[in-house]
Amino acid sequence: MMGYENQGYEEAHLFASKEEMASLVLNEDPSPPLNGSQSFPYDPLSSSPPFVEIPTDDTDRLHSPSPNQVLPNHGSINSILEPPSYADAIFQSFDSDYVDSAEVNSQDQSLSALPSLSSLSSDYIKICISDPQREQEQSGSLVPGGSSYFTYLITTFTNFPEFNGTEFNVRRRFRDVVTLSDRISESYRGLFIPIRPDKSVVESQVMQQNEFVEQRRMALEKYLGRLAAHPVLRRSEELRVFLTVSGKMPLARTTDVASRMLDGAVRLPKQLLGGESAVGGAAEVSEVAQPAKGGRDLLRIFRELRQSVVNDWGATKPPFIEEDKEFLEKKEKLQDFEQQISNVSQQAESLVKNQHDMGETMGQLGLAFVKLTKFETEEAIYDSQRACAADMKNVATAAVKASRLYRELNAQTVKHLDKLHEYLGVMLAVNNAFSDRTSALLTVQTLLSELSSLNSRIEKLEAASSKIFGGDRSRIRKIEELRETVRVTEEAKNCAVREYERIKENNKNELERLDKERHDDFLSMLKGFVVNQAGYAEKIANTWETVAEETIGYAK
Amino acid sequence: MNALQRSGSDSMAQSPRSPSSQAPYITVSVTDPAKMGNGVQAYISYKVITKTNFPEYQGPEKIVIRRYSDFVWLRDRLFEKYKGIFIPPLPEKSTVEKFRFSAEFIEMRRQALDVFVNRIASHHELQQSEDLRTFLLADEQTMERSRSQETGIFKKKPTDLMQIFKDVQSKVSDVVLGKEKPVEESNPEYEKQKNYIFQLEDHLAEAQKHAYRLVKRHRELGQSLSDFGKAVKLLGSCEGNSLGKAFSELGAKSEMLSIKLQREAHHLLMNFEEPLKDYVRAVQSIKATIAERANAFRHHCELGETIKFKEIDLNKLRLTRSEKLAEAEREYEQLKADGEESKRKFETIVKLMNEEIARFQEQKTIDMGVAFHEFAKGQALLAKSIAEAWRSLLPKLEACSSS
Repeated sequence: MMGYENQGYEEAHLFASKEEMASLVLNEDPSPPLNGSQSFPYDPLSSSPPFVEIPTDDTDRLHSPSPNQVLPNHGSINSILEPPSYADAIFQSFDSDYVDSAEVNSQDQSLSALPSLSSLSSDYIKICISDPQREQEQSGSLVPGGSSYFTYLITTFTNFPEFNGTEFNVRRRFRDVVTLSDRISESYRGLFIPIRPDKSVVESQVMQQNEFVEQRRMALEKYLGRLAAHPVLRRSEELRVFLTVSGKMPLARTTDVASRMLDGAVRLPKQLLGGESAVGGAAEVSEVAQPAKGGRDLLRIFRELRQSVVNDWGATKPPFIEEDKEFLEKKEKLQDFEQQISNVSQQAESLVKNQHDMGETMGQLGLAFVKLTKFETEEAIYDSQRACAADMKNVATAAVKASRLYRELNAQTVKHLDKLHEYLGVMLAVNNAFSDRTSALLTVQTLLSELSSLNSRIEKLEAASSKIFGGDRSRIRKIEELRETVRVTEEAKNCAVREYERIKENNKNELERLDKERHDDFLSMLKGFVVNQAGYAEKIANTWETVAEETIGYAK
Repeated sequence: MNALQRSGSDSMAQSPRSPSSQAPYITVSVTDPAKMGNGVQAYISYKVITKTNFPEYQGPEKIVIRRYSDFVWLRDRLFEKYKGIFIPPLPEKSTVEKFRFSAEFIEMRRQALDVFVNRIASHHELQQSEDLRTFLLADEQTMERSRSQETGIFKKKPTDLMQIFKDVQSKVSDVVLGKEKPVEESNPEYEKQKNYIFQLEDHLAEAQKHAYRLVKRHRELGQSLSDFGKAVKLLGSCEGNSLGKAFSELGAKSEMLSIKLQREAHHLLMNFEEPLKDYVRAVQSIKATIAERANAFRHHCELGETIKFKEIDLNKLRLTRSEKLAEAEREYEQLKADGEESKRKFETIVKLMNEEIARFQEQKTIDMGVAFHEFAKGQALLAKSIAEAWRSLLPKLEACSSS
């Protein structure tokens, strides 16, 4: 995530030294001249309010009837500058005209608006995360001594019928979210599944900081929001159970590595010695629907690996290949897209940083001129000095205003260009979905190879056995066994093919959804970005035009 | 630099092309920087064009070739001869070898030199100076000869050298003897003025520092927009369809705005930052005059001391009716004359400084006003064209959503 995202939201104060700017900040104006508008408690030292309806008529604000508000502890600097009215510094974000108002329906990703009554008629689900609490690990854990972790309150509002309720509250810890994510990945192969937030490597240390907890809370909220926005995943059983069943996490964690390794180690010799068919009994046939997992399916992994090598280096084409040209084209295009998005996102970060710097330096320049103005005014002996001081004051005021406008602009720009970062995450999900497809295909290919080799063994045995008059008992028995294996393998192959087709279908639907959403998202991003830039540029132009007018007497 | 011509002199007319029967005028332009020579010896020469109807100049227009050290010579001569007057400042020597011949540095220097000469030419006293005439009229060889007479590690004349040694001597002896010599004027108004000048330098320097940074920010933002535009264009070409086109257009606008930003950066540098820097230098020049005044005052005081001692000596000699009396009386008279002279010099400086300060403030107000106007104008134009460029994209974006 871009580092400036937080800065834009959390620091709306000027960038010159805090003490200096504190004396400059002119926010104690108790009755800002905001006629007929929703007022918003504006504290420049806290986060900038993004949406405020304020009439944008500038001209009369600067010359408000109370020019010299001397604030108790800010002395004469404030008497130098007339307080810029809030109408100039904050105003209607240019977003709300152009972005579809935050719909709280199936397409919604924004979680800031409360569900309005009108949206209760259509499907909705909204998830909030709050109230982090520290809890102690129960005794009996492998880690000696007490370790602590955080839990978060997850509140869900929904009208999905399967939930049997409209509001739910549960407490979950991060590990539970990991479990949820893993289970969904297993069950919904082929879908573009949102990427869950990272685990932190140095978990216990970092946990001490409030910042980390808040960051994690936000990340979790975003993640669950994305799940809730996905047309299929939002109706998943896993999600529903996660959100509604209080107490211990109801989803089983995927078997931990240790027992899997043990299990695999036990099974492998049996597999290798042929005591067990590679795929096992009927109960295990459906396991082909799952990707080969390390530990349990060592043999399967070896076989699939061998198959992939044969695919890549073998003289002949594998028996079953990816033939969907449209898919291959799309895949290539998406790879290109991913690269470009990454590039643009990088440049966008750089752009945001430079806009930030511009605003900061402008503010410092303004401050320097404030000091100059004060100095010249105090020390004035000649009239020319007073005139100079008056000019400087205008420049200082404009520079400070422009600086604030740059900061506002930047906060909004960050919001818009953030879409690019989001799509980087989407591309990760896409790549995962394509991997699902590839590995499912590999499984099919492996099984087909198996079948073909089994069948050729049967043929050879039959040929050999036919030469012996009366038949060869041991060979015939062997042939029977092999036929049984073929039958099971055939079933497994069919299962694998069904899975592969299912994943293909998922891919196809998701690609369509991606195309549409991408188009809409980027369009609104561009609009928002452009409107923002234009709007703030116009404000900044007005600010400077005033000064140009005031100093026109000096023009050559 | 018409504003400078209008200020500080009442004998200025407007157009340099008016016939000589009009009020006297003189304008100078420093143009056409050209690199001369090779390697370490290389330098930049400038064309100095004088347009005037002053009789001493014999002709409406004169052109000479000058280099930076010629300007330095002129400044030094004026500083020596016109104590009390704020000699206009020169741009600094380049400390970084790499940039000595960069286009931007040359342009900045050329502009500063142009301002320098015009300020001298529009000062009612300085414009009469013979050294100025030499500078504006002499051929290059004469110029070089005059210049080389001044070179050498000790630019000061022998008498000044003696004075320096005497100063050091007296300072040391004062410290040794623990004497507190009041070598400074006790003039509260003047103290205030001095304080003002010193503080003004600090404030102006800070403003100039930020102005320079602002120039850099414009360049950086420009570069960033250019890179961003390129990346967005690539994205557009891979996206295809109407949205792809929208991306491409956005990228193109971004690149276009990058160029505007670079232009504004240059405009800001030459029309806002440089004038500020110029005034920092001007204030430093005033400080040099302050030092001169302090010297003159100290010199006058010391002479006064010397005269007192001489008087005591003289009376002693009178009482003893020594034959050394006559010589001592002659020396005494000489000292008294010197004392009168130093007093006159000091008072001239004081009088001139008072006039100069008023003139300085007036000129500063005008020059700063111009700089502010240019700054505001430039920023307003830039912001307007940015707004226009982005707004022009909106209809295309609207068209996309319907498709």
